[in-house]
Amino acid sequence: MTTELARRARISAVQMCSRSGASHIGSALSVIDILAVLYGDVADVDPHRTDDPSRDIVLVSKGHSASGVYAVMAHAGYFPLAWLDDYYLDDSHLGGHVTAHGIPGVELSTGALGHALPFGVGRALADAIDGIDRRVFVVMSDGECAEGSTWEAALMAAHRQLGNLTAIIDRNRLQILGGTEDVLGLEPFADKWRAFGWEVREVDGHDHEALAEALRRRSGRPVAIIAQTIKGKGVDFMEDRVEWHTLVPNADHVTTALEQLQADASGGSGSDHA
Amino acid sequence: MRDAFVRKLTAEAETDPNVMLLVGDLGFGVVAAFGDAYPDQFLNCGVAEQSMVGIAAGLAAAGRRPFVYSISNFPSLRPLEQIRNDVCYHGLGVTIVAVGTGLAYGSLGYTHHGVEDMAILRTLPGMRVYTPADALECAAAVEQILADPSPAYLRLGKNTEPLMHAGQPDLSTGGPLLVREGSDVTVLVTGPIVVQALAVADLLESEGISVRVLTCPVVKPLNADGIRSAADGTVGIVTLEEHTVLGGFGSAVLEAFALRGWRTPIMPLGLADEATHIVGGQEWIRERAGLSTDHVRRSIETFTRRAS
Repeated sequence: MTTELARRARISAVQMCSRSGASHIGSALSVIDILAVLYGDVADVDPHRTDDPSRDIVLVSKGHSASGVYAVMAHAGYFPLAWLDDYYLDDSHLGGHVTAHGIPGVELSTGALGHALPFGVGRALADAIDGIDRRVFVVMSDGECAEGSTWEAALMAAHRQLGNLTAIIDRNRLQILGGTEDVLGLEPFADKWRAFGWEVREVDGHDHEALAEALRRRSGRPVAIIAQTIKGKGVDFMEDRVEWHTLVPNADHVTTALEQLQADASGGSGSDHA
Repeated sequence: MRDAFVRKLTAEAETDPNVMLLVGDLGFGVVAAFGDAYPDQFLNCGVAEQSMVGIAAGLAAAGRRPFVYSISNFPSLRPLEQIRNDVCYHGLGVTIVAVGTGLAYGSLGYTHHGVEDMAILRTLPGMRVYTPADALECAAAVEQILADPSPAYLRLGKNTEPLMHAGQPDLSTGGPLLVREGSDVTVLVTGPIVVQALAVADLLESEGISVRVLTCPVVKPLNADGIRSAADGTVGIVTLEEHTVLGGFGSAVLEAFALRGWRTPIMPLGLADEATHIVGGQEWIRERAGLSTDHVRRSIETFTRRAS
Protein backbone atom coordinates (compact mmCIF):
# COMPACT_ATOMS: atom_id res chain seq x y z
CA MET A 1 0.00 0.00 0.00
CA THR A 2 1.77 3.10 -1.18
CA THR A 3 0.09 5.49 1.29
CA GLU A 4 1.60 3.56 4.15
CA LEU A 5 4.98 3.53 2.40
CA ALA A 6 4.74 7.31 2.07
CA ARG A 7 3.69 7.77 5.69
CA ARG A 8 6.62 5.76 6.99
CA ALA A 9 9.00 7.54 4.64
CA ARG A 10 7.77 10.93 5.91
CA ILE A 11 8.48 9.93 9.49
CA SER A 12 11.94 8.70 8.56
CA ALA A 13 12.76 11.78 6.50
CA VAL A 14 11.88 14.13 9.37
CA GLN A 15 14.02 12.08 11.73
CA MET A 16 16.90 11.90 9.25
CA CYS A 17 17.03 15.65 8.66
CA SER A 18 16.73 16.48 12.33
CA ARG A 19 19.35 13.98 13.46
CA SER A 20 21.91 15.05 10.90
CA GLY A 21 21.21 18.78 10.64
CA ALA A 22 20.30 18.47 6.97
CA SER A 23 18.14 20.86 4.95
CA HIS A 24 15.45 20.14 2.37
CA ILE A 25 12.84 18.42 4.55
CA GLY A 26 10.13 20.49 2.84
CA SER A 27 11.25 19.22 -0.58
CA ALA A 28 11.32 15.64 0.66
CA LEU A 29 7.80 15.79 2.15
CA SER A 30 6.60 17.35 -1.08
CA VAL A 31 7.83 14.56 -3.36
CA ILE A 32 7.42 11.48 -1.15
CA ASP A 33 3.95 10.55 -2.45
CA ILE A 34 5.20 10.67 -6.05
CA LEU A 35 8.18 8.47 -5.16
CA ALA A 36 6.06 6.04 -3.15
CA VAL A 37 3.69 5.54 -6.08
CA LEU A 38 6.60 5.08 -8.48
CA TYR A 39 8.78 2.75 -6.42
CA GLY A 40 5.90 1.04 -4.66
CA ASP A 41 3.48 0.58 -7.53
CA VAL A 42 3.75 1.92 -11.07
CA ALA A 43 7.39 1.59 -12.07
CA ASP A 44 8.48 -1.92 -13.03
CA VAL A 45 11.31 -1.98 -10.54
CA ASP A 46 12.16 -4.49 -7.86
CA PRO A 47 14.58 -4.13 -4.97
CA HIS A 48 15.66 -7.72 -5.56
CA ARG A 49 16.58 -7.22 -9.20
CA THR A 50 18.03 -3.73 -9.48
CA ASP A 51 20.35 -4.87 -12.29
CA ASP A 52 17.57 -6.44 -14.36
CA PRO A 53 18.19 -5.06 -17.86
CA SER A 54 14.46 -4.83 -18.54
CA ARG A 55 13.65 -2.79 -15.42
CA ASP A 56 12.05 0.62 -15.72
CA ILE A 57 14.40 3.53 -15.09
CA VAL A 58 13.51 5.98 -12.32
CA LEU A 59 15.63 9.13 -12.22
CA VAL A 60 15.31 11.74 -9.49
CA SER A 61 16.45 15.08 -10.81
CA LYS A 62 15.73 16.96 -7.59
CA GLY A 63 18.70 15.42 -5.83
CA HIS A 64 18.19 17.66 -2.79
CA SER A 65 15.14 15.61 -1.82
CA ALA A 66 17.56 12.79 -0.93
CA SER A 67 16.14 12.22 2.55
CA GLY A 68 12.74 11.50 1.00
CA VAL A 69 14.18 9.39 -1.81
CA TYR A 70 16.27 7.28 0.54
CA ALA A 71 13.45 6.93 3.04
CA VAL A 72 11.06 5.66 0.37
CA MET A 73 13.67 3.31 -1.08
CA ALA A 74 14.70 1.91 2.31
CA HIS A 75 11.08 1.29 3.30
CA ALA A 76 10.52 -0.31 -0.11
CA GLY A 77 13.37 -2.71 0.58
CA TYR A 78 16.22 -1.42 -1.57
CA PHE A 79 18.70 -1.24 1.29
CA PRO A 80 18.64 -1.65 5.07
CA LEU A 81 16.55 0.78 7.09
CA ALA A 82 19.58 1.15 9.36
CA TRP A 83 21.29 3.09 6.55
CA LEU A 84 18.86 5.91 7.23
CA ASP A 85 20.15 6.31 10.78
CA ASP A 86 23.39 8.00 9.78
CA TYR A 87 22.10 9.81 6.72
CA TYR A 88 24.31 12.81 5.91
CA LEU A 89 26.76 11.99 8.73
CA ASP A 90 30.44 11.05 8.45
CA ASP A 91 31.08 7.79 6.62
CA SER A 92 27.40 7.23 5.81
CA HIS A 93 26.23 5.37 2.75
CA LEU A 94 23.79 8.19 2.15
CA GLY A 95 24.70 11.81 1.45
CA GLY A 96 22.63 14.94 1.18
CA HIS A 97 22.02 14.58 -2.53
CA VAL A 98 20.93 11.49 -4.42
CA THR A 99 23.92 9.34 -5.29
CA ALA A 100 24.06 6.21 -7.42
CA HIS A 101 27.44 4.96 -6.25
CA GLY A 102 26.98 2.00 -3.94
CA ILE A 103 23.26 2.52 -3.41
CA PRO A 104 21.12 -0.23 -4.93
CA GLY A 105 18.36 1.02 -7.19
CA VAL A 106 19.59 4.58 -7.65
CA GLU A 107 20.17 5.08 -11.38
CA LEU A 108 21.74 8.54 -11.47
CA SER A 109 23.58 10.81 -9.07
CA THR A 110 22.02 14.24 -9.02
CA GLY A 111 22.36 17.40 -7.00
CA ALA A 112 22.95 20.03 -9.64
CA LEU A 113 19.60 20.82 -11.21
CA GLY A 114 18.47 20.28 -14.78
CA HIS A 115 20.52 17.12 -15.30
CA ALA A 116 18.17 14.14 -15.20
CA LEU A 117 15.83 15.03 -18.03
CA PRO A 118 18.60 15.07 -20.69
CA PHE A 119 19.99 11.84 -19.22
CA GLY A 120 16.51 10.34 -19.31
CA VAL A 121 16.11 11.36 -22.94
CA GLY A 122 19.32 9.47 -23.71
CA ARG A 123 18.07 6.35 -21.93
CA ALA A 124 14.66 6.55 -23.56
CA LEU A 125 16.21 7.15 -26.95
CA ALA A 126 18.41 4.06 -26.66
CA ASP A 127 15.32 1.98 -25.92
CA ALA A 128 13.34 3.56 -28.73
CA ILE A 129 16.12 2.72 -31.20
CA ASP A 130 16.37 -0.83 -29.89
CA GLY A 131 12.60 -1.37 -29.74
CA ILE A 132 12.74 -2.12 -26.00
CA ASP A 133 9.43 -1.54 -24.26
CA ARG A 134 10.63 -0.09 -21.00
CA ARG A 135 9.68 3.20 -19.36
CA VAL A 136 11.86 6.03 -18.14
CA PHE A 137 10.49 8.22 -15.33
CA VAL A 138 12.14 11.51 -14.40
CA VAL A 139 11.08 13.13 -11.13
CA MET A 140 11.76 16.85 -11.28
CA SER A 141 11.29 19.94 -9.17
CA ASP A 142 9.42 22.94 -10.49
CA GLY A 143 12.30 25.24 -9.57
CA GLU A 144 14.65 23.39 -11.89
CA CYS A 145 12.40 24.22 -14.82
CA ALA A 146 14.31 27.49 -14.86
CA GLU A 147 17.32 25.52 -16.14
CA GLY A 148 17.83 25.76 -19.89
CA SER A 149 19.01 22.16 -20.06
CA THR A 150 15.51 21.05 -19.00
CA TRP A 151 13.97 22.70 -22.03
CA GLU A 152 16.74 21.60 -24.38
CA ALA A 153 15.90 18.04 -23.41
CA ALA A 154 12.16 18.71 -23.65
CA LEU A 155 12.69 19.74 -27.27
CA MET A 156 14.53 16.53 -28.11
CA ALA A 157 12.02 14.29 -26.32
CA ALA A 158 9.20 15.73 -28.39
CA HIS A 159 11.28 15.80 -31.57
CA ARG A 160 11.86 12.06 -31.23
CA GLN A 161 8.31 11.41 -29.93
CA LEU A 162 9.61 9.53 -26.92
CA GLY A 163 6.42 7.99 -25.62
CA ASN A 164 8.49 5.86 -23.25
CA LEU A 165 9.53 8.97 -21.31
CA THR A 166 7.49 10.45 -18.46
CA ALA A 167 8.50 13.53 -16.48
CA ILE A 168 6.79 14.14 -13.16
CA ILE A 169 7.15 17.68 -11.91
CA ASP A 170 6.75 18.24 -8.18
CA ARG A 171 4.85 21.50 -8.52
CA ASN A 172 4.99 22.82 -4.96
CA ARG A 173 5.44 26.41 -6.18
CA LEU A 174 8.22 27.18 -3.72
CA GLN A 175 11.96 27.45 -4.11
CA ILE A 176 14.73 28.61 -1.77
CA LEU A 177 14.08 32.34 -1.68
CA GLY A 178 10.39 32.52 -2.49
CA GLY A 179 7.51 31.38 -4.62
CA THR A 180 8.35 30.13 -8.10
CA GLU A 181 6.08 32.79 -9.55
CA ASP A 182 7.86 35.51 -7.56
CA VAL A 183 11.42 34.33 -8.30
CA LEU A 184 11.17 33.51 -12.01
CA GLY A 185 7.63 32.81 -13.09
CA LEU A 186 6.86 29.48 -14.74
CA GLU A 187 3.17 30.00 -15.52
CA PRO A 188 1.46 29.21 -17.77
CA PHE A 189 3.40 26.09 -16.86
CA ALA A 190 1.24 23.38 -18.41
CA ASP A 191 0.97 25.41 -21.60
CA LYS A 192 4.74 25.58 -21.82
CA TRP A 193 5.04 21.79 -21.81
CA ARG A 194 2.18 21.49 -24.29
CA ALA A 195 3.83 24.05 -26.55
CA PHE A 196 7.00 21.96 -26.41
CA GLY A 197 5.04 19.01 -27.79
CA TRP A 198 4.43 17.07 -24.58
CA GLU A 199 1.20 15.52 -23.39
CA VAL A 200 0.34 17.15 -20.07
CA ARG A 201 -1.56 15.64 -17.16
CA GLU A 202 -2.26 17.69 -14.05
CA VAL A 203 -2.93 15.77 -10.86
CA ASP A 204 -3.04 16.15 -7.11
CA GLY A 205 0.50 15.11 -6.23
CA HIS A 206 -0.60 13.69 -2.88
CA ASP A 207 -3.49 11.58 -4.23
CA HIS A 208 -1.96 8.16 -4.76
CA GLU A 209 -4.79 6.84 -6.93
CA ALA A 210 -4.69 9.89 -9.18
CA LEU A 211 -0.90 9.74 -9.39
CA ALA A 212 -0.93 6.05 -10.22
CA GLU A 213 -3.54 6.51 -12.93
CA ALA A 214 -1.67 9.41 -14.50
CA LEU A 215 1.64 7.58 -14.33
CA ARG A 216 0.31 4.31 -15.66
CA ARG A 217 -1.41 5.59 -18.79
CA ARG A 218 0.88 5.37 -21.86
CA SER A 219 1.09 7.81 -24.71
CA GLY A 220 2.73 8.08 -28.10
CA ARG A 221 4.40 11.30 -26.96
CA PRO A 222 6.48 12.24 -23.94
CA VAL A 223 4.24 12.89 -20.96
CA ALA A 224 4.65 15.66 -18.40
CA ILE A 225 2.72 15.02 -15.22
CA ILE A 226 2.36 18.22 -13.29
CA ALA A 227 1.82 17.02 -9.75
CA GLN A 228 0.29 19.81 -7.69
CA THR A 229 1.93 19.41 -4.32
CA ILE A 230 2.37 21.15 -1.01
CA LYS A 231 5.90 21.69 0.16
CA GLY A 232 6.27 20.21 3.65
CA LYS A 233 3.16 18.06 3.12
CA GLY A 234 1.96 16.20 6.22
CA VAL A 235 3.42 18.50 8.87
CA ASP A 236 1.15 21.48 9.34
CA PHE A 237 3.74 24.05 10.39
CA MET A 238 5.96 23.14 7.42
CA GLU A 239 3.24 23.08 4.79
CA ASP A 240 3.62 25.69 2.08
CA ARG A 241 6.30 27.49 4.09
CA VAL A 242 9.31 28.65 2.09
CA GLU A 243 11.69 28.42 5.05
CA TRP A 244 11.33 24.63 5.30
CA HIS A 245 13.39 24.23 2.17
CA THR A 246 16.34 25.22 4.31
CA LEU A 247 15.54 24.90 8.02
CA VAL A 248 16.48 21.87 10.09
CA PRO A 249 13.76 20.47 12.37
CA ASN A 250 14.70 20.61 16.07
CA ALA A 251 13.53 18.18 18.77
CA ASP A 252 10.24 20.01 19.35
CA HIS A 253 9.56 20.17 15.63
CA VAL A 254 10.18 16.44 15.37
CA THR A 255 7.86 15.64 18.26
CA THR A 256 5.02 17.62 16.74
CA ALA A 257 5.72 16.34 13.24
CA LEU A 258 5.75 12.71 14.33
CA GLU A 259 2.50 13.16 16.26
CA GLN A 260 0.86 14.41 13.11
CA LEU A 261 2.40 11.82 10.82
CA GLN A 262 1.66 8.92 13.16
CA ALA A 263 -1.93 10.07 13.65
CA ASP A 264 -2.21 10.03 9.88
CA ALA A 265 -1.81 6.24 9.79
CA SER A 266 -4.40 4.83 7.44
CA GLY A 267 -4.47 1.19 8.33
CA GLY A 268 -0.74 0.79 8.75
CA SER A 269 0.85 -0.85 11.73
CA GLY A 270 2.43 1.21 14.45
CA SER A 271 5.88 -0.24 13.91
CA ASP A 272 7.45 2.89 12.53
CA HIS A 273 11.13 2.96 11.90
CA ALA A 274 12.74 5.04 14.62
CA MET B 1 42.37 15.44 -39.04
CA ARG B 2 38.65 16.21 -38.88
CA ASP B 3 37.87 14.07 -41.90
CA ALA B 4 40.19 11.39 -40.59
CA PHE B 5 38.23 11.35 -37.35
CA VAL B 6 34.90 10.90 -39.11
CA ARG B 7 36.39 8.23 -41.40
CA LYS B 8 37.79 6.35 -38.44
CA LEU B 9 34.58 6.61 -36.44
CA THR B 10 32.57 5.47 -39.46
CA ALA B 11 34.74 2.40 -39.73
CA GLU B 12 34.30 1.69 -36.02
CA ALA B 13 30.54 2.23 -36.26
CA GLU B 14 30.34 -0.36 -39.00
CA THR B 15 31.71 -3.07 -36.75
CA ASP B 16 30.28 -1.84 -33.44
CA PRO B 17 26.60 -0.82 -33.43
CA ASN B 18 27.08 0.82 -30.04
CA VAL B 19 29.33 3.51 -31.50
CA MET B 20 27.29 6.66 -31.94
CA LEU B 21 27.98 10.15 -33.25
CA LEU B 22 26.09 13.03 -31.63
CA VAL B 23 26.55 16.45 -33.17
CA GLY B 24 25.51 19.89 -32.02
CA ASP B 25 24.34 20.90 -35.48
CA LEU B 26 27.90 21.29 -36.69
CA GLY B 27 29.98 19.46 -39.26
CA PHE B 28 28.44 20.56 -42.55
CA GLY B 29 29.75 18.35 -45.33
CA VAL B 30 31.59 16.16 -42.82
CA VAL B 31 29.10 14.20 -40.72
CA ALA B 32 26.25 13.67 -43.18
CA ALA B 33 27.77 10.50 -44.60
CA PHE B 34 27.90 8.96 -41.15
CA GLY B 35 24.25 9.78 -40.55
CA ASP B 36 23.25 8.42 -43.94
CA ALA B 37 25.14 5.18 -43.41
CA TYR B 38 24.11 4.62 -39.78
CA PRO B 39 20.93 6.54 -39.02
CA ASP B 40 20.36 4.68 -35.74
CA GLN B 41 23.86 5.61 -34.59
CA PHE B 42 23.64 9.29 -35.43
CA LEU B 43 21.85 12.10 -33.63
CA ASN B 44 21.87 15.79 -34.36
CA CYS B 45 21.06 17.27 -30.95
CA GLY B 46 20.66 20.77 -32.28
CA VAL B 47 22.31 23.81 -30.77
CA ALA B 48 21.83 22.38 -27.27
CA GLU B 49 25.16 21.21 -25.91
CA GLN B 50 24.11 20.69 -22.28
CA SER B 51 21.29 18.42 -23.33
CA MET B 52 23.59 16.72 -25.85
CA VAL B 53 26.06 15.66 -23.17
CA GLY B 54 23.27 14.57 -20.81
CA ILE B 55 21.72 12.52 -23.61
CA ALA B 56 25.12 11.02 -24.36
CA ALA B 57 25.46 10.02 -20.72
CA GLY B 58 22.04 8.37 -20.83
CA LEU B 59 22.99 6.52 -24.00
CA ALA B 60 26.26 5.42 -22.43
CA ALA B 61 24.40 4.13 -19.36
CA ALA B 62 22.38 2.03 -21.82
CA GLY B 63 25.60 0.56 -23.24
CA ARG B 64 26.32 2.89 -26.15
CA ARG B 65 29.67 4.54 -26.94
CA PRO B 66 28.62 8.07 -27.91
CA PHE B 67 31.03 10.58 -29.42
CA VAL B 68 29.78 14.12 -28.80
CA TYR B 69 31.03 16.31 -31.63
CA SER B 70 31.06 20.06 -31.95
CA ILE B 71 33.60 22.78 -32.49
CA SER B 72 36.09 24.32 -30.12
CA ASN B 73 34.60 25.16 -26.69
CA PHE B 74 31.00 24.28 -27.51
CA PRO B 75 31.15 20.60 -26.48
CA SER B 76 33.51 21.21 -23.56
CA LEU B 77 33.04 24.46 -21.68
CA ARG B 78 29.35 25.02 -22.36
CA PRO B 79 28.25 21.64 -20.92
CA LEU B 80 31.10 21.38 -18.42
CA GLU B 81 28.86 20.44 -15.51
CA GLN B 82 27.17 17.73 -17.55
CA ILE B 83 30.61 16.34 -18.43
CA ARG B 84 31.65 16.49 -14.79
CA ASN B 85 28.48 15.16 -13.13
CA ASP B 86 26.68 13.04 -15.71
CA VAL B 87 29.75 11.56 -17.42
CA CYS B 88 32.78 11.59 -15.10
CA TYR B 89 30.96 11.17 -11.78
CA HIS B 90 29.40 8.02 -13.23
CA GLY B 91 32.52 6.95 -15.15
CA LEU B 92 30.53 6.60 -18.36
CA GLY B 93 32.11 5.95 -21.76
CA VAL B 94 31.26 9.25 -23.38
CA THR B 95 33.85 10.89 -25.62
CA ILE B 96 33.80 14.63 -26.08
CA VAL B 97 35.21 15.60 -29.47
CA ALA B 98 36.16 19.21 -30.05
CA VAL B 99 37.16 20.04 -33.59
CA GLY B 100 39.26 23.12 -34.31
CA THR B 101 40.83 23.50 -30.89
CA GLY B 102 43.73 25.84 -30.33
CA LEU B 103 43.63 28.70 -32.79
CA ALA B 104 42.32 26.65 -35.72
CA TYR B 105 39.30 28.94 -36.01
CA GLY B 106 41.53 31.99 -35.62
CA SER B 107 39.56 34.43 -37.75
CA LEU B 108 36.26 33.55 -36.09
CA GLY B 109 37.45 35.24 -32.94
CA TYR B 110 38.14 34.47 -29.32
CA THR B 111 34.77 32.77 -28.75
CA HIS B 112 36.01 30.06 -31.11
CA HIS B 113 39.55 29.71 -29.75
CA GLY B 114 39.92 26.47 -27.78
CA VAL B 115 42.76 27.60 -25.59
CA GLU B 116 41.69 26.84 -22.01
CA ASP B 117 39.67 23.65 -22.50
CA MET B 118 42.52 21.19 -21.97
CA ALA B 119 43.41 22.70 -18.59
CA ILE B 120 39.82 22.48 -17.42
CA LEU B 121 38.87 19.05 -18.72
CA ARG B 122 42.04 17.32 -17.61
CA THR B 123 41.13 18.04 -13.98
CA LEU B 124 37.98 15.93 -14.25
CA PRO B 125 38.27 12.52 -12.56
CA GLY B 126 38.94 9.64 -14.93
CA MET B 127 38.89 11.87 -17.99
CA ARG B 128 41.42 10.80 -20.63
CA VAL B 129 42.68 13.71 -22.74
CA TYR B 130 44.06 13.48 -26.28
CA THR B 131 45.47 16.17 -28.55
CA PRO B 132 46.64 14.40 -31.72
CA ALA B 133 49.04 16.19 -34.04
CA ASP B 134 47.86 14.58 -37.26
CA ALA B 135 45.34 12.21 -38.80
CA LEU B 136 47.37 9.14 -37.83
CA GLU B 137 47.55 10.07 -34.17
CA CYS B 138 43.84 10.85 -34.32
CA ALA B 139 42.96 7.39 -35.63
CA ALA B 140 45.17 5.79 -32.99
CA ALA B 141 43.50 7.90 -30.31
CA VAL B 142 40.00 6.81 -31.41
CA GLU B 143 41.07 3.17 -31.20
CA GLN B 144 42.52 3.64 -27.75
CA ILE B 145 39.45 5.53 -26.55
CA LEU B 146 37.15 2.73 -27.69
CA ALA B 147 39.31 0.09 -26.04
CA ASP B 148 38.28 1.39 -22.61
CA PRO B 149 34.72 2.30 -21.55
CA SER B 150 35.65 5.43 -19.63
CA PRO B 151 35.29 9.15 -20.36
CA ALA B 152 37.58 10.77 -22.92
CA TYR B 153 38.21 14.15 -24.43
CA LEU B 154 39.57 14.30 -27.98
CA ARG B 155 40.87 17.68 -29.18
CA LEU B 156 41.16 17.90 -32.92
CA GLY B 157 42.72 20.43 -35.23
CA LYS B 158 41.24 21.07 -38.63
CA ASN B 159 42.04 19.40 -41.88
CA THR B 160 45.39 20.60 -43.08
CA GLU B 161 47.89 19.02 -40.72
CA PRO B 162 50.86 17.34 -42.41
CA LEU B 163 51.46 13.74 -41.38
CA MET B 164 54.12 13.27 -38.72
CA HIS B 165 54.38 9.52 -38.93
CA ALA B 166 54.86 6.82 -41.56
CA GLY B 167 51.93 4.82 -40.23
CA GLN B 168 49.43 4.76 -37.41
CA PRO B 169 51.46 5.09 -34.20
CA ASP B 170 51.16 2.80 -31.20
CA LEU B 171 49.72 4.73 -28.27
CA SER B 172 49.53 1.77 -25.93
CA THR B 173 52.29 3.15 -23.72
CA GLY B 174 50.98 6.71 -24.00
CA GLY B 175 53.87 7.95 -26.13
CA PRO B 176 55.63 10.28 -26.59
CA LEU B 177 56.33 9.75 -30.28
CA LEU B 178 59.64 10.71 -31.85
CA VAL B 179 59.26 13.03 -34.82
CA ARG B 180 62.77 14.39 -35.23
CA GLU B 181 65.99 13.15 -33.71
CA GLY B 182 68.22 15.65 -31.92
CA SER B 183 70.74 15.64 -29.11
CA ASP B 184 70.83 19.01 -27.31
CA VAL B 185 67.29 19.80 -26.18
CA THR B 186 63.95 18.01 -26.22
CA VAL B 187 60.84 19.76 -27.47
CA LEU B 188 57.67 17.96 -26.46
CA VAL B 189 54.58 19.04 -28.35
CA THR B 190 50.92 18.19 -28.05
CA GLY B 191 48.79 18.87 -31.10
CA PRO B 192 49.23 20.21 -34.60
CA ILE B 193 51.54 23.03 -33.52
CA VAL B 194 54.32 20.45 -33.84
CA VAL B 195 54.89 21.97 -37.29
CA GLN B 196 56.20 25.08 -35.61
CA ALA B 197 58.56 23.06 -33.45
CA LEU B 198 59.94 21.43 -36.58
CA ALA B 199 60.40 24.80 -38.28
CA VAL B 200 62.20 26.12 -35.22
CA ALA B 201 64.33 22.98 -35.06
CA ASP B 202 65.51 23.69 -38.63
CA LEU B 203 66.42 27.27 -37.71
CA LEU B 204 68.26 26.21 -34.55
CA GLU B 205 70.19 23.53 -36.39
CA SER B 206 71.84 26.25 -38.43
CA GLU B 207 72.86 27.85 -35.12
CA GLY B 208 74.38 24.62 -33.89
CA ILE B 209 71.57 23.51 -31.58
CA SER B 210 70.26 20.02 -32.23
CA VAL B 211 66.58 19.80 -31.30
CA ARG B 212 64.78 16.53 -30.61
CA VAL B 213 61.06 16.83 -31.32
CA LEU B 214 58.39 14.49 -29.98
CA THR B 215 54.64 14.62 -30.03
CA CYS B 216 52.60 13.65 -27.01
CA PRO B 217 49.00 13.07 -28.08
CA VAL B 218 48.05 11.47 -24.77
CA VAL B 219 47.92 14.33 -22.29
CA LYS B 220 46.15 12.27 -19.64
CA PRO B 221 47.09 9.76 -18.41
CA LEU B 222 50.53 11.25 -18.96
CA ASN B 223 53.37 8.79 -19.49
CA ALA B 224 55.87 10.52 -17.21
CA ASP B 225 58.43 7.73 -17.40
CA GLY B 226 58.24 7.71 -21.18
CA ILE B 227 58.68 11.46 -21.33
CA ARG B 228 61.64 11.36 -18.99
CA SER B 229 63.42 8.68 -20.95
CA ALA B 230 62.57 10.37 -24.25
CA ALA B 231 64.53 13.39 -23.07
CA ASP B 232 67.58 11.28 -22.12
CA GLY B 233 70.87 12.88 -23.08
CA THR B 234 69.42 16.34 -23.67
CA VAL B 235 69.63 19.33 -21.33
CA GLY B 236 65.93 19.45 -20.61
CA ILE B 237 62.40 19.66 -21.95
CA VAL B 238 60.57 22.51 -23.63
CA THR B 239 56.85 21.86 -23.88
CA LEU B 240 54.82 23.50 -26.62
CA GLU B 241 51.05 23.72 -26.91
CA GLU B 242 48.52 25.90 -28.69
CA HIS B 243 46.75 26.59 -25.42
CA THR B 244 47.25 28.83 -22.44
CA VAL B 245 50.34 28.02 -20.40
CA LEU B 246 48.09 27.94 -17.35
CA GLY B 247 47.13 24.39 -16.47
CA GLY B 248 47.57 22.74 -19.84
CA PHE B 249 50.06 20.24 -21.24
CA GLY B 250 53.18 21.97 -19.93
CA SER B 251 51.63 22.17 -16.49
CA ALA B 252 50.82 18.46 -16.66
CA VAL B 253 54.47 17.65 -17.41
CA LEU B 254 55.71 19.98 -14.67
CA GLU B 255 53.31 18.43 -12.16
CA ALA B 256 54.32 14.90 -13.10
CA PHE B 257 58.03 15.64 -12.76
CA ALA B 258 57.68 17.66 -9.55
CA LEU B 259 55.53 14.97 -7.92
CA ARG B 260 58.27 12.44 -8.63
CA GLY B 261 61.08 14.72 -7.48
CA TRP B 262 62.71 14.70 -10.90
CA ARG B 263 64.91 17.71 -11.47
CA THR B 264 64.88 17.81 -15.25
CA PRO B 265 64.77 21.45 -16.40
CA ILE B 266 61.40 22.12 -18.02
CA MET B 267 60.09 25.24 -19.74
CA PRO B 268 56.45 25.44 -20.82
CA LEU B 269 55.61 27.44 -23.94
CA GLY B 270 52.05 28.35 -24.79
CA LEU B 271 49.68 31.21 -25.20
CA ALA B 272 49.79 34.20 -22.90
CA ASP B 273 47.14 34.63 -20.22
CA GLU B 274 44.94 37.03 -22.13
CA ALA B 275 41.90 37.05 -24.39
CA THR B 276 42.92 37.43 -28.02
CA HIS B 277 41.54 40.47 -29.78
CA ILE B 278 43.54 39.98 -32.97
CA VAL B 279 41.73 39.06 -36.18
CA GLY B 280 43.53 36.63 -38.40
CA GLY B 281 44.22 33.05 -39.34
CA GLN B 282 45.88 30.45 -37.18
CA GLU B 283 49.44 31.31 -38.26
CA TRP B 284 48.80 35.03 -37.97
CA ILE B 285 47.52 34.80 -34.41
CA ARG B 286 50.21 32.34 -33.34
CA GLU B 287 52.79 34.88 -34.39
CA ARG B 288 51.16 37.58 -32.26
CA ALA B 289 49.86 35.76 -29.18
CA GLY B 290 53.02 34.48 -27.55
CA LEU B 291 53.75 31.66 -30.01
CA SER B 292 55.67 33.43 -32.76
CA THR B 293 58.33 31.39 -34.47
CA ASP B 294 60.89 33.90 -33.38
CA HIS B 295 59.73 33.84 -29.77
CA VAL B 296 59.74 30.03 -29.68
CA ARG B 297 63.16 29.94 -31.32
CA ARG B 298 64.68 32.43 -28.90
CA SER B 299 63.03 30.74 -25.91
CA ILE B 300 64.41 27.33 -26.81
CA GLU B 301 67.82 28.77 -27.58
CA THR B 302 68.01 30.58 -24.22
CA PHE B 303 66.69 27.55 -22.34
CA THR B 304 69.26 25.28 -23.98
CA ARG B 305 72.20 27.55 -23.25
CA ARG B 306 71.14 28.14 -19.62
CA ALA B 307 70.45 24.47 -18.93
CA SER B 308 73.68 23.28 -20.52
